[in-house]
Amino acid sequence: MTSDTLEQGATGALGGRGRRLGTGRMGDRLFGISTRGSAIVLLLIIAAIAVFLIAKAVPALKADKANFLTSQEWNPDAAEPRFGILQLAFGTLMSSLMALIIATPVAIGIALFIAFYSPRRLASGLGYVVDLLAAVPSVVYGLWGLQFFVPKMASVANFLHDDFGWIPLFGGDSVGGQSLLTAAVVLAIMILPIISSISREVFLQVPQANVEAALALGATRWEVIRMAVLPFGRSGMVSAAMLGLGRALGETIAVAMVLSTAAGISLHILRPGGNTFAANIANTFGMAGNMGRGALIASGLVLFVITLIVNMLARAIVARRKEFV
Amino acid sequence: MAKRIEISGLNAYYGKTRAIEDISMTVEPRSVTAFIGPSGCGKSTLLRTLNRMHEVIPGARVEGKVLLDDLNLYGSEVDPVAVRRAIGMVFQRPNPFPTMSIFDNVAAGLKLNGVRGRGRLGEIVEKSLRGANLWNEVKDRLNRPGAGLSGGQQQRLCIARAIAVEPQVLLMDEPCSALDPISTLAIEDLIASLKDKYTIVIVTHNMQQAARVSDTTGFFNLAAQGQPGRLVEIDDTNKIFTNPTEKATEDYITGRFG
Repeated sequence: MTSDTLEQGATGALGGRGRRLGTGRMGDRLFGISTRGSAIVLLLIIAAIAVFLIAKAVPALKADKANFLTSQEWNPDAAEPRFGILQLAFGTLMSSLMALIIATPVAIGIALFIAFYSPRRLASGLGYVVDLLAAVPSVVYGLWGLQFFVPKMASVANFLHDDFGWIPLFGGDSVGGQSLLTAAVVLAIMILPIISSISREVFLQVPQANVEAALALGATRWEVIRMAVLPFGRSGMVSAAMLGLGRALGETIAVAMVLSTAAGISLHILRPGGNTFAANIANTFGMAGNMGRGALIASGLVLFVITLIVNMLARAIVARRKEFV
Repeated sequence: MAKRIEISGLNAYYGKTRAIEDISMTVEPRSVTAFIGPSGCGKSTLLRTLNRMHEVIPGARVEGKVLLDDLNLYGSEVDPVAVRRAIGMVFQRPNPFPTMSIFDNVAAGLKLNGVRGRGRLGEIVEKSLRGANLWNEVKDRLNRPGAGLSGGQQQRLCIARAIAVEPQVLLMDEPCSALDPISTLAIEDLIASLKDKYTIVIVTHNMQQAARVSDTTGFFNLAAQGQPGRLVEIDDTNKIFTNPTEKATEDYITGRFG
């Protein structure tokens, strides 16, 4: 059957007229219609979201007197609305990237330990605990971060600032607990389980034949991991990290609770303050006027585009050496 | 560099199950020794005890002695990693590293041994690929993935990888069982040419293959299902296939069982 006749059959089945698809058995037809229906509903939902976001964002963008991409102001409800996303984009990317840098090595270390080093009984228990970490609601992370972690981080920040202040990242005039670094560490803990459990799954799929090939060449355990495991799992690890980054970029409530929102862009990661797209939306949407909501929705669109770019980059990295697995 | 292997009183276990019982035999240097016998008789297990690969399976252990010339491979001061560097192994299914190029596959063992520099590596890689009769087929695509080769080529690539580090012994675990007859022939020719330099031990299900490539043949069998495998007899391949001492051997090679 060519694709043409298949397509005719499909439209026929959907429209309830014309030729039937397949053998015409009732179960088959119902199943075909329902799967097709699900796919169409998905497309409709995405289209509806896109139309809604753009329709709400465009009037606000038109009224914006500042440059939407490069301005650091956020006064959309003023008589003369001025707002831009630079500060939000900076805070979002900075906190997420720091979280990724902190979380990825730890997560891969955990995954390698579970897959290759730990005794079998410990491995299953440990895997369970890691998965449990993913089940903690983000508002709990936010509470824990604010009540327990921020005060602790304040002294860490003071230490880093006093002893390593010559490193520009730890410099600046004021340091405190509610900084981008604290937000990044909380985010890192939140994305740890995703990265770790996906990496672990990938490592467990490394063919035993490759592990044995490395062992038979006289590889030590670390050399086996370097020769057979990490190269095989590389694309999986990149995907895992990108999924983690995606979660960190979009994470709202924990960041909103931990950060003391303050205006401005600074590379001093110990400085209290900073803001992200999601935290800004969560913190200000309730009080925002019509224009303010439009502006927030526009910033949400930008976050969506950033996430999209991250995903495409990840795919490009994975695809680059596809001929090698 | 080819060395003699002397096995004495060897038992191998998987957990509580004994897989081979009380094996004693000698493998002569610069010769091909074949292990034949029905499935489950422990010939692959025995092969894997010779480079201490048996013990990488959880719960597996070995009792007894394996002497490589004068060195007991199971001595307390011997590092299994060092044993595996000295004794190469080729597996039943070709297992080139899927993420590596042809070049890197052959160079993998060399890099473990600290050989550095593209030039030096390149020399040995070419020599090894020539040794494995693969050079002419792959010399123009050394940077292509090893997994893109045909099954027979992949197995020769694995042989090149094993001989690149110039091992003292080469172990082959049914190296042709996943290959077509033409690739099998290529591997058998290769085995014949390698025995000038290496001590080769090959496990095979194919009795014709054992008769074609080996100088010495050992026949393994188990007394009954669930019993550990034993060495029934080991002798010149000619004698095993024409006039074996044991009746069980004769029954097996004439196809009366197994």
